[in-house]
Amino acid sequence: MIKDITIGQYFPGDTFIHRLDPRIKIIIVALFIASLFFIDNFYPYILVVGFIYGAVQLSKVPLKFILKGLKPLMFIIMITFVINIFMTKGEVLFEIGPLAVTKEGLRQAVFMALRLIFLITGTSLLTLTTSPIALTDGIEKLLSPFKKVGLPAHELAMMMTIALRFIPTLLEETDKIMKAQMARGADFESGNILRRAKNLVPLLVPLFINAFRRADELATAMEARCYRGGDSRTRLNELMLKRSDIVTLGAMILFFGLIISTRYI
Amino acid sequence: MNNIMIKVENVTYEYKSYIEEEIQAAVKNLSLEVKKGEFLVILGHNGSGKSTLSKMMNGLLLPTSGDIYVMDMNTKDEEKIWDIRQKAGIVFQNPDNQIVATIVEEDVAFGPENQGIDPAEIRKRVDDSLAIVEMTEYKKHAPHLLSGGQKQRVAIAGILAMNPDCIIFDEPTSMLDPTGRIEVMNTIRKLNQEEGKSIVLITHYMDEAVQGDRVVVMSQGEIQMEGTPKEIFSQVDKIKELGLDVPQVTELAHELRKEGIDIPGDILSVEELLKLL
Amino acid sequence: MIIDIKNLNFIYNPNTPFESRALDNVNISIEKGEFIGLIGHTGSGKSTLVQHLNGLIKPTSGEIIIDGTNITDKDVKLKSIRQKVGLVFQYPEYQLFEESVYKDIAFGPSNLGLDESEVHIRVKDAMEVVGLDFESLKDRSPFELSGGQKRRVAIAGVIAMKPKVLVLDEPTAGLDPHGRDEILNEIHELFKKEGITIILVSHSMEDVAKLVDRILVMHQGKIVMDDKTREIFKRADELERIGLGIPQITKFMREFKTLGKDVREDILTVQEAKEELLRYFKEKRR
Repeated sequence: MIKDITIGQYFPGDTFIHRLDPRIKIIIVALFIASLFFIDNFYPYILVVGFIYGAVQLSKVPLKFILKGLKPLMFIIMITFVINIFMTKGEVLFEIGPLAVTKEGLRQAVFMALRLIFLITGTSLLTLTTSPIALTDGIEKLLSPFKKVGLPAHELAMMMTIALRFIPTLLEETDKIMKAQMARGADFESGNILRRAKNLVPLLVPLFINAFRRADELATAMEARCYRGGDSRTRLNELMLKRSDIVTLGAMILFFGLIISTRYI
Repeated sequence: MNNIMIKVENVTYEYKSYIEEEIQAAVKNLSLEVKKGEFLVILGHNGSGKSTLSKMMNGLLLPTSGDIYVMDMNTKDEEKIWDIRQKAGIVFQNPDNQIVATIVEEDVAFGPENQGIDPAEIRKRVDDSLAIVEMTEYKKHAPHLLSGGQKQRVAIAGILAMNPDCIIFDEPTSMLDPTGRIEVMNTIRKLNQEEGKSIVLITHYMDEAVQGDRVVVMSQGEIQMEGTPKEIFSQVDKIKELGLDVPQVTELAHELRKEGIDIPGDILSVEELLKLL
Repeated sequence: MIIDIKNLNFIYNPNTPFESRALDNVNISIEKGEFIGLIGHTGSGKSTLVQHLNGLIKPTSGEIIIDGTNITDKDVKLKSIRQKVGLVFQYPEYQLFEESVYKDIAFGPSNLGLDESEVHIRVKDAMEVVGLDFESLKDRSPFELSGGQKRRVAIAGVIAMKPKVLVLDEPTAGLDPHGRDEILNEIHELFKKEGITIILVSHSMEDVAKLVDRILVMHQGKIVMDDKTREIFKRADELERIGLGIPQITKFMREFKTLGKDVREDILTVQEAKEELLRYFKEKRR
């Protein structure tokens, strides 16, 4: 199940989208999300679909792969759909018991579900085409102007890197401990919620203890490798804006400007 | 220029044990020198104080009393601490817990990045280090998909990229399978012989200890024996008393001697014993 | 027969691009009271095989019969499988979780539904087997103990379930020679006293040579050798071809023999080598 989650996963490649500066990609996705919230009717969605389709084509990430990423979030999308369909007042189409489905409700439900789907595909395109390292670098650089007001940009980025590094290790460890406790007769699969939560103790305690031990050892190893925070640190791959990055960003600002403006036409 | 890489002078390290709440000494009034270009092995059972000593050798721990000098810099000198850590790198036991980045070459770059080295120079050092540990073809890989021996070699490359004169290995093979152990030991020997690095290898495996120039045996925070591998391992009874092993052929030679067969006691390999018999 | 494995196959991620065959038509039968060594390099399928033995992994095809019960049957209760086969994983001390040594060791037997007095007896016995003093250690937190002691607590936790078959995956990994010898001796004592069946997974040919009667060698998911210990180590060339070795002392005696000396080549320990060489010298002198 955990394997199915594609959000946050990197799909290696060497396309125009992959090569775009991570900072530019983050800004574009931020613009994309903002513009989604400005849209108030279906027509601009044509532009949005065009944008996503174009980006997916350019990135060469299989569409199936991106759609698979929607699966674990289907539940949230369905809830949004259901809430909207029943909670909107207007011209009644038909009734199911005490609940009325209205024309406006149906429209609103489809509209909101689409917004969520676009939101998810847009953001997962960012993580699919940007390596975790580039992503954290991008975030660190974008946040660095806020250092002056006390935002620990470097530390946040370092935490993200370490988290990404250790997720597979900890997943593997979870699997190992689970099996070991099952071999001692532990039961993780039956009983009510309370019982199940209690049964997780033999899994969670060792997992936390091991995570702390790892953290301690990693901190020592980092210190031994002269880590002393972000100041005066250089990078193997320094981020450099290329002309194509600037041009792309310009084009995207125009594009999203157009989408946002549809609201006021 | 003197030829001393690390000098340990009358060092004691005390800590408060959290069970009995009493002060215990992990290292007791110990003195030791590591010469430049030397391959020194520190052998000892678990809890003999060898790991504590290794962590003091690059200032990760500071002695309770006594001094440690790395190329004439005292580890207590706060201004010199980063120079000391650059000169004397350390590779730890668990390969998983010392790799920081999600891509091999990014991890190797971590040390030089911290030192504020120019990106072009970092690139060169990363490529060179990966070539030395023979991991170049994996440079774009994710570390968690590598074998234990490969991960440990990435960790070694990460230290090499800082351009140290001495590398301290704190039980680098104890979590590896036989293949991984061989890979790592070959790398360590290569660093000593071809790259001219001083090596301090901390271990409890005798088959690794015999590869060193000089062996120091620790127990209860003190040095119990010191000498060449031959001098050390010929004292089979004393080694066993200290909870350690000798190679099987060494033990055989020792047993045969006890039975009155006239062979020397300092045999370390199958070939040596074959020649003698 | 306590373990009978027939045509066992296991495929990871079947029908995906990541498909890989971890076990390839494995057939093993083990008699009650045997001490078996399972060797093979990392990725040869040892851990996959071992996890099948107590139902942690379900086979893709094939049968596993343990003490007369086919554990691949759908209606078999997992509890009864785990009562039959105890599995000690690598670095088992990382699975400790209870606040006291007693409670941690009691976890397994309690899960089997035993009453308190029985659990008490079992914890006490298991601690004795692994050489931990019951009175002074039972209330201590397992996390305060030394590495070797933690390992013992973890092993005791499985022994206390009184399995008919005890499987140990690299029980001495990371221990120093003294700690290693202690644990191996305790396992050997347990074997001698209780007459249980033991499967020892190990990378150390020296340890295997000292302890086990019979060795299974795995390579690429297959059992490639299955024979008495002495017979296995005679096949040094074959072992080397699949990345395994033989004990140094065995190697020495083999090479000594190839020099034309009249000695046995199936030597497993230093003691045996010494006796054989003394015999050889005596005869030569005559």
